[in-house]
Amino acid sequence: MENHIIEIDIEKMMHTAEGPVPLSVQTSIKAHELTALFGQSGAGKTTLLRILAGLLQPDKGSIVFDNTIWFDSAKKIQIPPQQRNISYMFQDYALFPNMTVEQNLLFAQNTKDVQKVTEILTVFGLLEFKNRKPAGLSGGQKQRVALARALARNPQLLLLDEPLSALDSVMRLQLQNEIRKVQKLYNITTIIVSHDIHEIYKLASHVVVLEHGTITKIGSPHEIFSNTAISSKVQITGHIAHIEQQDTLLSIVTVITGTNQIIKVLAFENDMKELYIDSPVMVYTKAFNPMIKKINI
Amino acid sequence: MEHIFIQTLVLTAELAVCTTCIAIGIGLPLAYWLTYSKFKLKPLFEALISMPMVLPPSVLGYYMLVAYSPNHWFGGWLFNEFGIRLAFSFEGILIASVLFSLPFMVQPLQNGLRSLPDSIREASYTLGKSKTTTFFRVLLPNIKPSIITAVALTFAHTIGEFGVVLMVGGNLPGQTRVASIAIYDEVQALNFDTANQYAIILFMLSLILLTTIYSVNKKHDTWKII
Repeated sequence: MENHIIEIDIEKMMHTAEGPVPLSVQTSIKAHELTALFGQSGAGKTTLLRILAGLLQPDKGSIVFDNTIWFDSAKKIQIPPQQRNISYMFQDYALFPNMTVEQNLLFAQNTKDVQKVTEILTVFGLLEFKNRKPAGLSGGQKQRVALARALARNPQLLLLDEPLSALDSVMRLQLQNEIRKVQKLYNITTIIVSHDIHEIYKLASHVVVLEHGTITKIGSPHEIFSNTAISSKVQITGHIAHIEQQDTLLSIVTVITGTNQIIKVLAFENDMKELYIDSPVMVYTKAFNPMIKKINI
Repeated sequence: MEHIFIQTLVLTAELAVCTTCIAIGIGLPLAYWLTYSKFKLKPLFEALISMPMVLPPSVLGYYMLVAYSPNHWFGGWLFNEFGIRLAFSFEGILIASVLFSLPFMVQPLQNGLRSLPDSIREASYTLGKSKTTTFFRVLLPNIKPSIITAVALTFAHTIGEFGVVLMVGGNLPGQTRVASIAIYDEVQALNFDTANQYAIILFMLSLILLTTIYSVNKKHDTWKII
């Protein structure tokens, strides 16, 4: 397909805490869109991202980016990260502690362009911090600087490794908006590693689900996360935290959602057969029309 | 008397400065290699570099003296090709003290590099920067306390060196007679006053250098003494 910019077909043995797990991925990534890699920890999301960055070498296979071969085990090609024209945002942001915010951005550029750096700093509301060192910034500011630095070099591919995992929920929502804004603004092909369904719904147009090193599902967030076999008005996903057996055929199941909302649901004996503590579940309604109202937090 | 005293101190300072300069030139790439290489025999090289810390100085001194001898292939080659004789010369004690001080240079640098998160180095690579640029612009500026420690420790250790210099250099005034040897010499000659003057200077200098090291690292907490 012509709007696919990356063709991935790789294998790599991952050495995880639970022993070796083979990572085997065949997929393609769409140009100018934001694709999310979703899965449990240890599924191979970060490994795949590092392979795309050139920081890890697959055991075999090939990666082709826009007709350029980045990796080909048969032809013994491995283009180093320096020559891939990418930006990688690390979970710990990896800002250079010896440089100021502005210097961090200037360092990222191949040819220094103070005007462009000033423009990006303005977009991120960081202009007033440009002479500060990373140690003098808050977590959210560091995250913004890391994202700004990643954009400063005009990458053809932006790789984000759980960029918001270290932030509190308020800051996370704010920065999700910013990621969405700049991704649209600069129109960069972006891959984000995340295990936050809310975040993926908000940011990604495409989701690749990894489980134990293999892709199990590919689709839009809606296709992946909502059970389309059930036509319902409200769907909430979460995990079972507590089951309380009643005298009758009913049980009260407590579900904690991804946003830490607690929901209590009645379940019949039949349903309970496959429900256990920690089972991932969906709470949905069919018959009633849900109402919506803004709340003030 | 006064002239010899100054001469000895100047020679001591020269040896310490030259040793430190050469050791940092060798120590930086070596520390980088030891930190990031996945070479299987790396522990052997680490052990070899650290040997001077556990060996009696006389052992290294003895081997160097043997190697410097014109009867040995190395000493013979130097003498025949270049007319250089290293035994009992300033160059001879310089090489010996570089080898002997190398662990004091390499270990703090290696500890400094290890304390940096991998992501900093990788971030620089993904931003298109070469390994050399990354080393000089990202890694080195962030291990400044380790560099100060390594330099001060190497300098102090060279000034304090006795056994190797005595074995390789002997006690030639103006050539190999450094302060630590002069103290021994003056005590043997019962000149306690002169010995005391040397001793006080070495004591104060070492105290200042080590105080510098501890105050630098108190702030940064990146280095533990070996």
